[in-house]
Amino acid sequence: MSKGVLSKNKRNSKVFKILSLTAVFIGFIALGIMLVDIFIDGAGRISWDFLSNFPSRRPGRAGILSALVGTLWMMSLTAAFSFPLGLGAGIYLEEYARKNWFTKLVEINISNLAGVPSIIYGLLGLGIFVRVCGFERSLLSGALTLTLLILPIIITTTRESLKAVPKSLREASYALGATQWQTVYSQILPVAMPGILTGTILALSRAIGETAPLIAIGALTYIAFLPHGVFDPFTVLPIQVFNWISRPQHGFAINAAAAIIILLLITLMMNSVAIYLRRKFQRRVKW
Amino acid sequence: MVENNVFDISALNVWYGEKQVLKDINIEIKANCVTALIGPSGCGKSTFLRCLNRMNDFIPEFHLEGKIINNGTDLYAQKIDPIEIRRDIGMVFQKPNPFPKSVYKNITFGLNIFGVKDTEKLDKIVEDSLRKAALWDEVKDDLNRSALSFSGGQQQRLCIARAIAVNPKVILFDEPCSALDPIATGKIEDLITELKKDYTVVIVTHNMQQAARISDFTGFFMLGELAEFDKTKKIFTDPSNKVTEDYITGRFG
Repeated sequence: MSKGVLSKNKRNSKVFKILSLTAVFIGFIALGIMLVDIFIDGAGRISWDFLSNFPSRRPGRAGILSALVGTLWMMSLTAAFSFPLGLGAGIYLEEYARKNWFTKLVEINISNLAGVPSIIYGLLGLGIFVRVCGFERSLLSGALTLTLLILPIIITTTRESLKAVPKSLREASYALGATQWQTVYSQILPVAMPGILTGTILALSRAIGETAPLIAIGALTYIAFLPHGVFDPFTVLPIQVFNWISRPQHGFAINAAAAIIILLLITLMMNSVAIYLRRKFQRRVKW
Repeated sequence: MVENNVFDISALNVWYGEKQVLKDINIEIKANCVTALIGPSGCGKSTFLRCLNRMNDFIPEFHLEGKIINNGTDLYAQKIDPIEIRRDIGMVFQKPNPFPKSVYKNITFGLNIFGVKDTEKLDKIVEDSLRKAALWDEVKDDLNRSALSFSGGQQQRLCIARAIAVNPKVILFDEPCSALDPIATGKIEDLITELKKDYTVVIVTHNMQQAARISDFTGFFMLGELAEFDKTKKIFTDPSNKVTEDYITGRFG
């Protein structure tokens, strides 16, 4: 190889490195500016009163209690509905379903569903849960709508995690005379669980940030009481934020920033739980 | 000694989709003997082995004609449940594939799925199986350690112990030493020779010296056909088929 080509190759390699570094910085800086801006605006507003007050007409007295409690309710309910459903569907499609044109079709549709705009799910939820099932504008309607929204993600994650389990493990189990269920339950699932849990929690993190589908099913923006059950009306943090930033007073903008910080903290906490669970399950599987 | 046949295989033909991979195989496999299957890659010997415990059932295009009679039972008869078959006919694979669990749990899994829960009984079977697999002395203090923290040879012997634990009648070996070094291979070979006292062994191997060392009977597969099947001594000293001779003397393959 001539010297000219070699130095040209080296130069190209350097240019590519600089380009990818720039890409990283742009993402990083944008995120940084956003976080700093929000913290400057909102950090001073966070106090016990802010967490424990109901919303109010006066920005200085308004708090996020109903939204925070609503978000926690929504998260728990959505997790309770979506995890078993997604896990079950994923296991069936990956382990039991025959591979033919029909399952292929189902597969493609599930992938497509993951890309449908969330407001469409909101309208679906409004039609089915609020109107047909008669659950009204309740926590239950909201949680079921969010369940539909993230179900495709959970199913896909479950399938990917199951697919990643080496074939040799299945063979080992079958060769001992295990049934399909014994093999899936005792050998495949424990190995796939860390991936499934991580995917589920990331999907849930997405769900708690959703505003559009909940507004579509008619979640209220002003709620001065706490829900006592799944049939009560509710509000959640993103809706509270949406409501506050649409007001003219500056004080509400600060409130919104503070509420965003709380929402970010919850997401961060959920991601830590995901990491913790993954570690825990990885320890149980002794690689 | 009365030699009874563990497997009577007649007119066995196997297809993957349109492609025929085994052609008219007729073979008798004797109890308490080591039967080695040799032949070049892609000759169908692994496919044949996997017919014996119905591990080919998982391949969607797999199709079989002919009869495999195991101690009077037709393995491919309608009413036969492959799960029960695999209980009697254990298998050890090419790459050691212990479960990512402790040594102890690797061995007890096969017992747990059939409802053995008594701890004392389990402890005893774990020890017995590991002793039979010549692994007990190496792992007895580490029964709760991950099976994957041991060497490849130890893992393979663990897989043998796992197969023994459910008390099969036959153990199938699918190139069990191809991922192991010569020392570990030697240990597995000694073990197989030892195992034939209690079990019938069928082994697929790429290593002709290995077949010569450990087996009583040898089958030579070529392009999906059983080119020759005879006593190992006869095959390696006085093969009746020219192709067999060419293969074992290394003229091709």
